[in-house]
Amino acid sequence: MLEIKSLECVRDDRLLFSDLNFSLDDGEVLQIEGSNGCGKTSLLRIICGLRLAEGGQVYWRGETIRANREDYYANMVYIGHLPCIKGDLTVLENIRSLLDTRSLTVEDDVIETALSKVGLASYEDVPGKALSSGQRRRILLAFIELAGAKLWVLDEPLTALDVQGVALMESMIIEHQQAGGSVIFTTHHGMQLDCEMRSVKLGGKEYMKASTWDEE
Amino acid sequence: MFKSIWRWIQRFSSPKYFYEMSAKLIPWFAVSALVIGVYGLYLGLFVAPTDYQQGESYRIIFIHVPAAWMSLFIYMVMAISAGIGIIWQIRLADMVAAASAPIGASFAFLALVTGSLWGKPMWGAYWVWDARLTSELILLFLYFGYMALQSAIDDQRSADKASGLLAIVGVVNIPIIHYSVEWWNTLHQGATVAKFDKPSMHIDMLIPLLLMAVAFKLFYAAIVLIRTRNEALYRDRNRRWVRELIEKL
Amino acid sequence: MLKAYYHLLFRDLRLAFRNRHELANPLIFFVLVVTLFPLAVTPTTEALRAMAPGVIWVSALLAVLLSLDRLFKQDYDDGSLDQLMLSPNPLVILVLAKVTAHWFLTGLPLVIMAPLLGMFMALPDEAISVLIYSLLLGTPILSLIGAIGVSLTVSVNRGGVLLSLIVLPLYIPVLIFGANAVDVAMNGLSVRGQLLFLGAVLALALSLAPLATAVALRITASR
Repeated sequence: MLEIKSLECVRDDRLLFSDLNFSLDDGEVLQIEGSNGCGKTSLLRIICGLRLAEGGQVYWRGETIRANREDYYANMVYIGHLPCIKGDLTVLENIRSLLDTRSLTVEDDVIETALSKVGLASYEDVPGKALSSGQRRRILLAFIELAGAKLWVLDEPLTALDVQGVALMESMIIEHQQAGGSVIFTTHHGMQLDCEMRSVKLGGKEYMKASTWDEE
Repeated sequence: MFKSIWRWIQRFSSPKYFYEMSAKLIPWFAVSALVIGVYGLYLGLFVAPTDYQQGESYRIIFIHVPAAWMSLFIYMVMAISAGIGIIWQIRLADMVAAASAPIGASFAFLALVTGSLWGKPMWGAYWVWDARLTSELILLFLYFGYMALQSAIDDQRSADKASGLLAIVGVVNIPIIHYSVEWWNTLHQGATVAKFDKPSMHIDMLIPLLLMAVAFKLFYAAIVLIRTRNEALYRDRNRRWVRELIEKL
Repeated sequence: MLKAYYHLLFRDLRLAFRNRHELANPLIFFVLVVTLFPLAVTPTTEALRAMAPGVIWVSALLAVLLSLDRLFKQDYDDGSLDQLMLSPNPLVILVLAKVTAHWFLTGLPLVIMAPLLGMFMALPDEAISVLIYSLLLGTPILSLIGAIGVSLTVSVNRGGVLLSLIVLPLYIPVLIFGANAVDVAMNGLSVRGQLLFLGAVLALALSLAPLATAVALRITASR
């Protein structure tokens, strides 16, 4: 479904990774591993099509994500480091505006169910600025749930979440996987996922700087 | 077929190959710029007849007009190579664009200085809001904007693409700016002394002018190659080919 | 697609109205700058009339410039811009929605404020109506061109001065024709040519600027 072919990424004159290949099928969960600064976020942004790779391509259902843009973005949801929450909009408005950019019309009671699932029941009319950062992240969890996407791309989804939040995220991923969806994620917190999972490790190679100056 | 052409383009646009090739080209450009420039100046300053209206002071056009042409020409080169860099991801094109900007800005500045030097005897003031000088000034601002954006963004690739897009937007705007300034000028100045564009220029004036224009182009070619080489060395300072060059020293 | 346009437009308008005090700032700035000129130069009617078109138009330019920041800055800072770019809808449509919202929040209020400033600057009635027309045609161009500039500088820390450096030269044609239309109207001449020119530039900006902005946003996101 998703295929990464000979991807290369250079950042600030450092080769983060090159010749990276992997693919992801329906119902697969994939963790991107690696230390700080090894290019996990850059990789996820490349997979989303937000960042342009120095080399290689990302394919969605056999076509590049550029060629298959509409179908890809209708079926992919991305969560980055930033909360995407507007302080001046209420929780309901925030989640609606997120869904609107995906052109999804969702009934109010469906949103309410999703909000109560992430522990924000009766928070619909609270403005975003009154929420804690953990609660903001929970809105994003509700958004992922409602986005109706087959592929979840999650960059550090556990940031700011408490123990129940982490458990919730884990169960959401497992549920999604069982429903035939797929997930790519990065995390520095231990995630206990009770399902089949693969991982790709970045940072195996030295930085370009180091390699050119030392070897040969 | 396309693949082989593409491979060919990539080979010839690699900074390493460019660095080797350009070393051979620079002397040719530099020497011919010097020869043609000296000859053009000689014709312009000593051979061309004195202007019956403006006396000797008109001779500054042999610097001013080619400089103004160059400032516009270089902006076009910049925008085109930036466009190539954005669309086909050719790093060399981005380098050429970045290397061209200060040269173009210098030519615009030169055109402004020579224009105002010429203006003193003609209009009695160093600066009048003449249409061409005003357009030239705006062009200089466009160059400044490009260079400011280029240096403000840390990530080299984003800096190239962002400032390149600005150059392209600038190119679309230049005709509009030029036309509106011209139009503004006719409203406010009335008919000033027809400046440089005489309906029929004496052939003895035209030849040195064209020679100077050619010399300036060759000079630009030499300088842009030198600057692009530096740019390539600096940007690829951590890559193998530059390291090997250093080792050979 | 149209729905995505309206949704984003209304979201931005709603956000702005939740912060009403901020909404008025560019307007107050606009009036304040115009007020400075009679104080700095002279308040005689002839002098005011001579400089009125230029003063009002330059102030409008600066007011728009100051407000450009709100176009993408907040969305960039909180990550919403990424989500917009991951929308299945064409980015150009979304850019257009944001620019429309920006014009409703800054350009349109400037147009509404113009008669007051015309009075301040002793403009005759026929010139005031032309001032309104010229601002009506000119301010959307300012928002459209400004959007390109902001999307290129939104990732730069302290990009404010840089933004003006980039955008102001591109504003010059609008300034020339807008101010001149008012000037000519004061002398009782036809302003058809000036307004047609502004209309033509508006059509050009409307068709090209959102494209350029979309490309610029992609460049900015590719960090």
